[in-house]
Amino acid sequence: MKLECKNVWEHISEYLDHQLDAELLKEIENHLENCEVCSAILDSTRNILVLTADDRTYELPLGYSERLHKRLEQALREIDGSPGKPA
Amino acid sequence: MPATVEQEKDLIARILAGEVNLFHELVRPYEKLVYVTIFTMLRNETEAEDGAQEVMINAFRHLKNFRGDAKFSTWLVTIAMNEARQRLRRARTAPHESLDEDMEGKEGDFTPAVLTDWREIPSEVLEKKEMREKLRAAVAQLPPIYREVLVLRDLEELNQEETAAALGINVTLVKVRLHRARMMLQKLLAPYLRPPAPAKKGFFGRIVP
Repeated sequence: MKLECKNVWEHISEYLDHQLDAELLKEIENHLENCEVCSAILDSTRNILVLTADDRTYELPLGYSERLHKRLEQALREIDGSPGKPA
Repeated sequence: MPATVEQEKDLIARILAGEVNLFHELVRPYEKLVYVTIFTMLRNETEAEDGAQEVMINAFRHLKNFRGDAKFSTWLVTIAMNEARQRLRRARTAPHESLDEDMEGKEGDFTPAVLTDWREIPSEVLEKKEMREKLRAAVAQLPPIYREVLVLRDLEELNQEETAAALGINVTLVKVRLHRARMMLQKLLAPYLRPPAPAKKGFFGRIVP
């Protein structure tokens, strides 16, 4: 079976997640070697995912942690020291 | 630094036995995770901070319901995602922003954008602050059902099973939605991923060989 670009696009996500079975993986890799359009789509998607993962380095608002634990402190007291029981 | 699973189990047991102040210690490694999860869904710092506080309080209230078969972080993310969904519903003004919107059956356009003259994205492009802003804006444009899967899989890097459990959907749906989310992102960002125009150009934009 000869893969068309459209068939490759359908599997880009699984390709990136290493979820393709060996046979389909081989066909897709063959296609990618000869198709600049599909390799460009694959690489751009991969780069977007790298950028997305990097976004975890997002800076928290100043004082976030202090405010969170202050609020928790109060809530812990109000909930009567018995987690799981309604206040 | 996150505690080991064993240390966490021990902490949880002690909290449930009455040492409630240890709860601060239990959640400290995950306070950023919870904030980022809600922020990515809502794009609003005040809502994200307020939501994160609610999530931690809810986690404390329901701690005895936590079962050791999931990771504590996954359990927290589940609560965070529910909080984000609730807030999205409340904040929703546009009718098409429905969370329950069923796009699965629709013939949506989930094909990627074709980059004809594209070679490789230079790393300096990716590092640019503007690109990051573009990415955030693009993620915010995704319908919530796709955004939440993308956030859990590609930002929080939860595995498929954990994502499915956190969202209350099956693994197949996680895969379908993730693929669509990624393709939508690729399409939204493709215009910014083009390399700079070739330096040497002839008249009328002809590329000089």
